[in-house]
Amino acid sequence: MLLSGLGAILVSVVGAGTMLPTPAGRVPPEEVRQTPPFDNPGVREIEPGKYEAVIVAQIWAFVPNEIRVPAGSEVTFKVASADVVHGFFIENTQVNAMIIPGQITEVKQTFDEPGEYLLICHEYCGIGHHNMWGRVVVE
Amino acid sequence: MSSIATTQAAAIERDTPSAYVSEQLWPIRGQLILMLVALAIGGWMGVAQALERIGISLETLTGLESYYQGLSIHGVTLALVFTFAFGNVIAALISIRGYQRPLASTMLLQGSFWFLAAGLGLGAIILLMNEATVLFTFYTPMEANPLFYLAAVFLVVSTWLLLANLVMTYRRWRADNPTERIPLPSFLALTTYIMWGLASLGLAVEVLFFVLPWSLGIVDHTDPQLNRILFWFSGHAIVYFWLLPAYISWYMFIPRQVGGRLFSDGLTRLTFILFLLFSIPTGLHHQYTDPGISAAMKAIHLVLTFVIFFPSLITAFSVMAALENGGRKAGGKGLFGWIFALPWSNPSVNAQLLSMLVFTLGGATGLINASYTVNLVVHNTAFVPGHFHLTVGTAVALTIIGVCYWLVPFLSGKKLFQPRLALIQGWLWAIGVLIFARGQISGGLEAMPRRTAIGEAAYELPGWDLSNALTAIGGSMMGISGALFFIVMIGTLFFSKERTEVTDLPLTDKPLHGPQESWEILDRVGLWTMVAVVLIIFAYLPTLISYLPAAFDSPAVKVW
Repeated sequence: MLLSGLGAILVSVVGAGTMLPTPAGRVPPEEVRQTPPFDNPGVREIEPGKYEAVIVAQIWAFVPNEIRVPAGSEVTFKVASADVVHGFFIENTQVNAMIIPGQITEVKQTFDEPGEYLLICHEYCGIGHHNMWGRVVVE
Repeated sequence: MSSIATTQAAAIERDTPSAYVSEQLWPIRGQLILMLVALAIGGWMGVAQALERIGISLETLTGLESYYQGLSIHGVTLALVFTFAFGNVIAALISIRGYQRPLASTMLLQGSFWFLAAGLGLGAIILLMNEATVLFTFYTPMEANPLFYLAAVFLVVSTWLLLANLVMTYRRWRADNPTERIPLPSFLALTTYIMWGLASLGLAVEVLFFVLPWSLGIVDHTDPQLNRILFWFSGHAIVYFWLLPAYISWYMFIPRQVGGRLFSDGLTRLTFILFLLFSIPTGLHHQYTDPGISAAMKAIHLVLTFVIFFPSLITAFSVMAALENGGRKAGGKGLFGWIFALPWSNPSVNAQLLSMLVFTLGGATGLINASYTVNLVVHNTAFVPGHFHLTVGTAVALTIIGVCYWLVPFLSGKKLFQPRLALIQGWLWAIGVLIFARGQISGGLEAMPRRTAIGEAAYELPGWDLSNALTAIGGSMMGISGALFFIVMIGTLFFSKERTEVTDLPLTDKPLHGPQESWEILDRVGLWTMVAVVLIIFAYLPTLISYLPAAFDSPAVKVW
């Protein structure tokens, strides 16, 4: 039973290509806002159908807090914290990662279905934690 | 406490065929009282959080300054104080009973009590002053008052003093009994505490070398990712330090309480050795979504995490064998008849049987959390508190409550007050937690974050109303159940006029398969400790080496 569970996980990685966050560089939290690409957060198209969303996580907001992309786009999120640990979680996707001061978090997601996806900070980050959110709008 | 200690100690010592001496009984009783205090405070916070889900302000209800202050108190009092106190109490008692001699050092045992009391007292003051609203995980770089970290150190030191005491007692017993098998109850206490001794090193290094100097201002910056790796080195194994004292009850007391016998001495020893070996090299499965750790390291811990599920499967087998043995002796027939023949009318047995049933769901949801890619669906969502209120919140907590139904009479000499109320308590808790967990699990699957004041949140998704209602209803039922438990405890201690008939621990009779049928090498605790260290090095050294150099670049931030 346990072996079949491990097998299923292997299939999800090799077959479905589901990836966990892995080291994607470092940036000291006090220098985040001066360090490229985080000195200019936002969405850019890097090649047709592929977007990069650069986001700064800070108490208690994502900057920017709205990401707009066309349906069918593959979005690479690059996120760094300017202060404490935050969470980066987008409903109905595989995007679920920690934002840890000093580390850059990079996660990929393809958005096929148009609509609004709630983006939530899901790690306690202080008194305003429950007000830290954003959205991905797929058009 | 003192009145119970003085009036009843003599009676217990006269009746009990073992080695309890009053200088060692009062620190044990004292820790049991601290445990009940922690449960009362932490439980009240839990109810207030559940009610927050339906718009009842936690601040108004409790007088605290924020939801997160209440959550921090809930975590520290229950996950650290309540569980540590029970571990200390049960490990001391069954070691003394097993070796039939007092613990080697009365001073160390009293030290365990004083450090636990100091940790609870100091921690409670700092938390109530709103100086440590950092939750029980205290992830840096949010910074609490340094005294909060000191309180955590005191709590861990309390368990270390008991560990030292258990090792010393074992050595003295071994010097007098060079060829005998270690008595099974003492063996279980010893292996549990050695496991925790190794596991707590991560937390110790984190707090003593990094967090305390930084919070005192000796250094300006810290490395949050490194601190998290150290925290979770201890942070998964700690759940087995919560769980194993409950398992000790299921292995050592429940068979006798249901009129059956333990299945196998050797299998029980093997189970605890496996926990000693595999509890620690699994911590990264709490950090699958951390950016600073490679996928290869996470995958190694994934496989080891699946290994640690195995001794719990053995436990399910062993416990059910003992239950069936008891049920059939009581006249239960057929495939399931023995289940109904068990003594469900005994509140201690009732609470623990229910906690075992709930634990099956807890184990299943735990496997989901541990499952690497599947974890992405549930990580840091309300699914996780749904899971661990089935495990630590019920398998452990309701078992501890069930043990209290004979342990408090045993230690106080007084008959259990209103056993009928105690029976209702068990059912109310079990049904309550199933409703609560159903609410949290479904909320989590619908993207509800954990550790979040959902009632005040700036966002909401359509499915959350039902989840919130179930959480509030189930949590309230657990709260009422907790109140019944305290009525029974206070009634037993202060209003019970009759003497109890509990004059000894309900230790299991000879197992169906005794120690002579198992390998003596299982008793080589020193050897197994070395193997555990090797496994830890295998799992953590590459993680640390590939992480270094550390990034000490985060200044402290006050966020509440």
